[in-house]
Amino acid sequence: MSEEGVVKKFLYLNRKAPYGTVYALESLEVVLIAAAFDQDVSLAFVDDGVYQILKDKNTSGINMKDFSPTYNALGDYDITKLYVEKESLLERGLSEDDLMDIVYEDEDDDWAEKPSVRVVSRAEMAELMETQDVVFSF
Amino acid sequence: MILHTVNKSPFERNALESCLAHAQAGSAVLMLEDGVYGAMKGTRIESSVSQAAQNVKLYVLGPDLAARGISEDKLIAGVSVVDYGGFVDLTVENSAVQSWL
Amino acid sequence: MKFGIMVNEGPYQHQASDSAYLFAKTAIEKGHEVFRVFFYHDGVNNGTRLASPPQDDRNVTQRWSDLAKEHNIDLVVCVAAALRRGLLDENEAKRHGKSGDNIADGFRISGLGQLIEAGIQADRLVVFGD
Repeated sequence: MSEEGVVKKFLYLNRKAPYGTVYALESLEVVLIAAAFDQDVSLAFVDDGVYQILKDKNTSGINMKDFSPTYNALGDYDITKLYVEKESLLERGLSEDDLMDIVYEDEDDDWAEKPSVRVVSRAEMAELMETQDVVFSF
Repeated sequence: MILHTVNKSPFERNALESCLAHAQAGSAVLMLEDGVYGAMKGTRIESSVSQAAQNVKLYVLGPDLAARGISEDKLIAGVSVVDYGGFVDLTVENSAVQSWL
Repeated sequence: MKFGIMVNEGPYQHQASDSAYLFAKTAIEKGHEVFRVFFYHDGVNNGTRLASPPQDDRNVTQRWSDLAKEHNIDLVVCVAAALRRGLLDENEAKRHGKSGDNIADGFRISGLGQLIEAGIQADRLVVFGD
């Protein structure tokens, strides 16, 4: 569904924690729709955004739908670049081990399972941001 | 280069701090809405904003300053005041807009 | 240039819709084109026909309707966000068995694809939120 073959770099900037506000859920809903448009999609988890992909979340006590499984489905939609900022993790006492194991199957590598989550430094995140054509903030 | 926008007070959110930690040299940062408070002299963040001014081009939206009763002589040196026309021009002159909400 | 605008917050609660409106109006005055404004999250509430604000202050919804009419701007309210928050057009009201609809003149309900499309087609996509 791309417009005359135009491919732009789209960045989904996530800086807010899940459940306290709707932004994490509704930004994910935009990402899923984006998959149909064959653009170059990256998700960035910065500041409190890193909390969105912590593992073992259980929402039964707050009676809200747990949308964690949707992150796991991203690979099926060809969304394979989830950049998580290292400094944001460290400031919050977190490490890569605390994150969900989100993977995709690389069709160019015999469908080998590879990690979608890429932990990057603040400097690398800043460079990534500078290259984008469209940034959706939530 | 990217035009970054910050619309919340630096004393309420970490948006300005995070923005300045990511904005690359030569990019532009526009403070608007409650973000304009980040451009004021005499705050506990003044030195970090002044320092950033050496690296990125800092702008503040005039109408939002006026609405909040902040006169231009209260601003950190190196911050340029623009109106909505200037805001539009900044989006045109830069390659994309990134909002730090 | 062609601008796409995203409004993430509702009228009055946050300044986002006001800032977006003034930006759009100014861009047009300077000869640019604003072809779509996409309302997401609580931003869908900008599209309610039932808003009845006091006369001595701006009417946020009406302002958008008027600007859109004058300059052919596509005001799109995201269907998923709208349904969650009770912003309906006649079709959606019928589909969900609701007693009324409340979408304002000049706004239309559509899918998130319209936002992605705006990102692809616009020279600049500007987001106003909280």
